[in-house]
Amino acid sequence: MNQLHGLTLSRLREGLEKRQFSATELVRHFLMRIEQHDGGLNSYLTVTEASALQAAAAADKRIANGTARPLEGLPIAHKDIFCTEGVRTSCGSRMLDNFIPPYDATVVTRLADAGAIMLGKTNMDEFAMGSSNETSYYGDVRNPWQRNCSPGGSSGGSAAAVAARIAGAATGTDTGGSIRQPAALCGLTGLKPTYGRVSRFGMIAFASSLDQAGTLTRSAEDAAHMLAAMAGFDPRDSTSVDRPVDNYVGMLEKPLHGLRLGLVEQFMGEGLDANNAQAVRDALAVLESLGATVKTISLPNIGLSVPTYYVVAPAECSSNLSRFDGVRFGHRAADAEDLTDLYRRSRSEGFGAEVKRRIMTGAYVLSAGYYDAYYLKAQKVRRLISADFEQAFADVDLVVGPTTPTPAFELGEKTDDPITMYLNDIYTIGANLAGLPALSVPCGLVNGLPVGLQMIAPAFAEGAMLNCAHQFQIASDWHTLSAEGYA
Amino acid sequence: MAITSDDIDKLAVLSRLEFAAAEHADFTDKLGSIVAFVDQLQAAATDDVEPMAHPMDQVQRLRPDEPDANIDRERLQQCAAETEDGLYLVPRVIE
Repeated sequence: MNQLHGLTLSRLREGLEKRQFSATELVRHFLMRIEQHDGGLNSYLTVTEASALQAAAAADKRIANGTARPLEGLPIAHKDIFCTEGVRTSCGSRMLDNFIPPYDATVVTRLADAGAIMLGKTNMDEFAMGSSNETSYYGDVRNPWQRNCSPGGSSGGSAAAVAARIAGAATGTDTGGSIRQPAALCGLTGLKPTYGRVSRFGMIAFASSLDQAGTLTRSAEDAAHMLAAMAGFDPRDSTSVDRPVDNYVGMLEKPLHGLRLGLVEQFMGEGLDANNAQAVRDALAVLESLGATVKTISLPNIGLSVPTYYVVAPAECSSNLSRFDGVRFGHRAADAEDLTDLYRRSRSEGFGAEVKRRIMTGAYVLSAGYYDAYYLKAQKVRRLISADFEQAFADVDLVVGPTTPTPAFELGEKTDDPITMYLNDIYTIGANLAGLPALSVPCGLVNGLPVGLQMIAPAFAEGAMLNCAHQFQIASDWHTLSAEGYA
Repeated sequence: MAITSDDIDKLAVLSRLEFAAAEHADFTDKLGSIVAFVDQLQAAATDDVEPMAHPMDQVQRLRPDEPDANIDRERLQQCAAETEDGLYLVPRVIE
């Protein structure tokens, strides 16, 4: 019983089904671990103990009477960007410190309908703008592997919680790497599905042509189970894609024989930590031993992905965040003189520095005289980057490389220079710009800290990618390692 | 393109934000370095390239304009600081 947190969702589900433990025991165990361990991590912003125990009791009834659903009784956490009816949803911002949504995000509804139990809401970079979880209004999250290090961001709370085994799995969002980068830095499997595969309804918008919801899990198998519950058409999201959902779990066991992998030449050069590079090469050797072939490929325009992103994302953010005006929801400044003063002060008090910088950058690249030079130009380069991927997929089934240039960095190390922080997402942003599914799996330790192997697939080929990740995890044990003190 | 203190003032008006003097200098400096960084896009050859606004060139899908359970004025207005008779209250606009 006291080692339940060591099991993946898939093994926990089997244990529940065989009545080795009850959902109530399982949820109580995780709540106790949150109590014990989260003080040193700051990964949860809200713990929903009462509703979790209620849901666990209901799950036990369903298991007893044979009506258990695919994720019945499994304890998960939601990034605090997903609206949860009656539960404060802050998006890591003072702006939404008082916001109690009147409805659930579709992702929340679907996971609950599949039987998953919400333990609480996790910390994050403010409005998902950050790569270190240091822009949160509620303070830094610490990396369970080394607590003076960042867990990555923006889904840093979700990553830290799953890595510390105080959540069975967690949801996240990925606009430029915000699932994959923290997954890599915390030793987890992080999945960003194809743009439009998972509904964004009730997910607080940052950059609408890039945002996608996904998962942070202990294994690719768990990610397949989570995605199966989350994916699918939603009429409430105008960018949701109406297309059948593949049987991700059913595809996991396919042998990799003949799978063609393309290692991105531009990702393996300058800036990549040598030990990190070696971990990636070793992982590819494992995949080759399973029957995959690896060739080097080129994405000639990928070097421009970070500057492209830092035009497109701020432009969309400046527009999306104009809704925060102190009128309909969120922070409202006291004693405003007039309407403009209300807007200006509510926003200036409610937003932190990084969010303000991105709004201002967005306003700049969209403003008269600069629109063509920046916004339109970035959209054209985005086309070039997307076309590079398209060309690569004519030759290979999956594109592979490192997820991050280095393992986790120290808290405070990169906060003074936004560009240094932005460059942390140099390998992940391309998939967002092209709308492609991508994931990160643990592939080694560098100085005792986890690093990740990234896979990028053609649109809607999540199944092939999860299959490859799962087969890698059968042949390797990096994903089973846990941070000291949290085993 | 260098960012000046005047640019920050103009962008702050457009963004409905305001900055204290100390913050102002920091924003001028950091926004300047962000703009200098994204300026490397100018070197890319993009003649005859069609701009890409959405992945896979999706277009916005429309749905019938029908109310559903999520559009409930009373519940939605519980999130607001000040409402009255179903209306949102703001400082006086017309004297």
